Amino acid sequence: MTGSVGAPAERREGREKVSGTARYAGEFPSPGRAQAWPVPAGVARGRVTAVDTAAALAVPGVLAVLTHENAPRLAEPDDPTLALLQDARVPHRGWFVALVVAETLEAARAGAAAVRVAYATEEHDVTLTGSHPGVYVPEEANGGHPAVREQGDPDGAFDASAARVDVAYRVPPLHNHPMEPHTSTARWEDGRLSVHTSSQGTGAVRAVLAGLFGLPEERIVVTAEHVGGGFGSKGTPRPDVVLAAMAARETGRPVTVALPRRYLPAVVGHRAPTLHRLRLGAGADGRLASLTHEVTTHTSRIKEFVEQAAVPARVMYAAPHNRTVHRVAALDVPSPSWMRAPGEAPGMYALESALDELATELGMDPVELRVRNEPDVEPDSGRPFSSRHLVECLREGARRFGWAGRDPRPGVRREGPLLLGTGVAAATYPVMVGPSTATARALPDGSFLVRINATDIGTGARTVLAQVGADALGVPLERVRIEVGSTELPSAPLAGGSSGTASWGWAVHDACAGLARRLAGHAGPLPGQGLDHRADTTGAADAESDFARHAFGAHFAEVAVDTVTGEVRVGRLLGVYAAGRILNARTARSQFVGGMTMGLGMALTEGSTMDAAFGDFTESDLASYHVPVHADVAGIEAHWLDEEDSRLNPMGSKGIGEIGIVGTAAAIGNAVHHATGVRLRELPLTPDRVLTGLLDRRT
Amino acid sequence: MREFAYVRAGSVEEATSAYASHTGARYLGGGTNLVDLMKLGVEAPAALIDVTRLPLDTVEELPGGALRVGAMVRNSDLAAHPLVRDRYPALSQAVLAGASGQLRNAATTGGNLLQRTRCPYFQDVSKPCNKREPGSGCGARDGVHRDHAVLGHSAHCIATHPSDMAVALSALGGRVELAGPEGARSVAAADFHRLPGDRPEQDTEIRPGELVTGVVLPAATAGLPSAYRKARDRASYAFALASVAVVLRLEDGVVGHAGLAFGALAHRPWRAQRAEEALLGAAPTRAAFEHAVDLELAAAQPLRDNAYKVPLARNLAVDVLSRLTDTAFTGRAS
Repeated sequence: MTGSVGAPAERREGREKVSGTARYAGEFPSPGRAQAWPVPAGVARGRVTAVDTAAALAVPGVLAVLTHENAPRLAEPDDPTLALLQDARVPHRGWFVALVVAETLEAARAGAAAVRVAYATEEHDVTLTGSHPGVYVPEEANGGHPAVREQGDPDGAFDASAARVDVAYRVPPLHNHPMEPHTSTARWEDGRLSVHTSSQGTGAVRAVLAGLFGLPEERIVVTAEHVGGGFGSKGTPRPDVVLAAMAARETGRPVTVALPRRYLPAVVGHRAPTLHRLRLGAGADGRLASLTHEVTTHTSRIKEFVEQAAVPARVMYAAPHNRTVHRVAALDVPSPSWMRAPGEAPGMYALESALDELATELGMDPVELRVRNEPDVEPDSGRPFSSRHLVECLREGARRFGWAGRDPRPGVRREGPLLLGTGVAAATYPVMVGPSTATARALPDGSFLVRINATDIGTGARTVLAQVGADALGVPLERVRIEVGSTELPSAPLAGGSSGTASWGWAVHDACAGLARRLAGHAGPLPGQGLDHRADTTGAADAESDFARHAFGAHFAEVAVDTVTGEVRVGRLLGVYAAGRILNARTARSQFVGGMTMGLGMALTEGSTMDAAFGDFTESDLASYHVPVHADVAGIEAHWLDEEDSRLNPMGSKGIGEIGIVGTAAAIGNAVHHATGVRLRELPLTPDRVLTGLLDRRT
Repeated sequence: MREFAYVRAGSVEEATSAYASHTGARYLGGGTNLVDLMKLGVEAPAALIDVTRLPLDTVEELPGGALRVGAMVRNSDLAAHPLVRDRYPALSQAVLAGASGQLRNAATTGGNLLQRTRCPYFQDVSKPCNKREPGSGCGARDGVHRDHAVLGHSAHCIATHPSDMAVALSALGGRVELAGPEGARSVAAADFHRLPGDRPEQDTEIRPGELVTGVVLPAATAGLPSAYRKARDRASYAFALASVAVVLRLEDGVVGHAGLAFGALAHRPWRAQRAEEALLGAAPTRAAFEHAVDLELAAAQPLRDNAYKVPLARNLAVDVLSRLTDTAFTGRAS
């Protein structure tokens, strides 16, 4: 080992990014490239009865207007949101009903504004309530989790408990809004399709395009050199890439489709709103006897996606009697999908808030309550944990944060108009890993080339994989070059589910370790083309484990609540994680801090409103959908424990991309309660809600 | 693309005559709002008359102690100007409370006054909006309106004016100077913006072809303690949920002058005249402040989801009045 792994190596593409030379999917100049602008449906439910394209086609520079009447026919996709311009149905407002292709972006936009669409509208229903008559229990929730799990007699045990909490929470619709909107440039040449796209995984994009256009995968090249964030919304192909490929085929020109920011909420997926009911029953000693977490959410009419928000309750705490249930209503809303830590983020907000309420009920310290309910094995499956250091995270976090001696009384720390409080919440995220291939080559000049179709979505994947390769080869980091982000490279899974580094790193490790062995047995100079070794982790990476594998963490927050305005400011946010071996201290810290910042946004600023009359998310731009700005993020710290776990992968790493957002909102909400004595159970904690809560408390 | 003429004016006369000769023209300042609206299809001007090169980019003292701010003075420069900071701190604070550093570097004083509401229904051409398309209806009234008006709204429109700067100008008793085909005139800042009534498409009292040439800050409020406070969804770069600008002078232990205006409560900066009258001659006690502010806010007619604005505005006003009359503030505000 040369010790590259773990070092705070600088991001390899950092200079390109800060100097503006890194190229994104819409920035590959191509002779004759046209631009396209989609036309969103203006009704929430119905059918297109006529599309008048005459005025659009008369706009100078407009090349074509694609509609369901003239667009290329596609094979039926597995993902119904990609059946674009294939029929007259409008399943929700914002669904694309036409695409205008033009010489310039401005002409395409003007053309799109000139398209006249007539609809036969139908009554729509976009309002989720817990008692919605359409609510049903699905077969499974996202990730293949069973919708319902039950052990023992949760109702009886709840009724018999000395301390009980029965509460409801709501998490609003949330939106990924990556900095780079979903963008693709497609070009057809001699029956071959090449695509630059902004995606978390080009392999899936190629497979889907091959299916839709009836083309062998070998005739498609998809690249994603740099990706300006995805947060789940680029985990699978989105309309931009399908539309770009259609438009390019139809016009014979390279075509770029860059989705306008305001159209994203309707077509790239969102975190569905979740209604939570938590019932916790415990003895006077704080030991949980009963835990029930029931989640109701929405999905669209065309695609069932069920946010698995009750799943973390199957992992976290020992409760002999428990029930976790997911219910869903199919409404005339855009299709929800993955958004950072689907399931865990909203689920742990609710569970960790309820646990704090139970601590208050019991008069017990919330850290101690969690420690007391630490399970020996994974509660739902009964499997032992490969490693679980939640208690250590809580203890270490408490020490660093200065938790000891905290006055538990709510609403008593005043500093002028400010009420001060602190809160804690646990975090968890499952270890996911998938099979991957990679090659490593030793070159005569002493350098090494690692090739793998990983995607660096801004996390520093290139850098970390080079570190893994350097150590497996036993050479300094500078001697390892790496190529990622193209289907021309050895196939690899997407950057999603915090699984990328584990999946890719495993293959890179194996390729480089194998090459090192070959080199050890090689005498004399290398041949001109170098020496290669290929690795494929199929069968190993996807083998069923006997262990429950999860990362854990603890979040601590300190808030000040302004009693004049109801504004909440987070003065300190501290996370401690046990996530296996940390492969790059610099990029890992960035991942944790980024996740916590998103958790802060979830707690205080982010959320959209479904307009019942029109059927769309009202907050559709970055002026109205409030992500935290620098001024919102004061002291933020990420720490981690040295966790050894040999049951994961050759690096001993767990995913770190998403755990920072898990539980953060609960820690902040719990701190707001500690500050004010007011328990607010609907996110985000905006001034209107907080001030109203403060005023209600006074009366 | 939608074509439009572009004229760069070198003088006020050139600008107003260019406007007159182009039907459907708009004046272009920093463009931070107008260009966005053009992209959204809300505005489709036939001509843009670029007024950013007009010689209206200075802050000058007038005889008698007033201060004139040229319409082309950038928001950043206005907020940072020593005389503004020294004599009209509420104005400097208000400007700095708005937008972001980059936007303030581009936005002009005149353009700030003339920016349009950020009502999401106004900005979405696929929805009804009486302000954008008179007679089409109001999507916000029964829709998403947490951010909308609680004072002075009408059946036709519940939009609020988004400017922070204009709220301070109103409280400080500023005037807006205009030049147009019929010559120059000035309007009190408090009267410059309109209530929606049945003509919500008309934001201000500006007449066709008139150009804002500057704003004048009066000698009467120069150097008085003043302050601006804004509540918003995040710590920076968000429009107000409610805001307040206050300028106050104590004389012999009672209020001798009071200027108070609210932002984000109405279709215009809401000059709180009833509160001002109630404050005049009153001792500066919290009770007196609450009484005065309650008198003003008694007229509020909250909608389904924005009742919080009334206590929020009350808290903000009472807080700023109290701070300005703390002993630390009875001298010149720093």
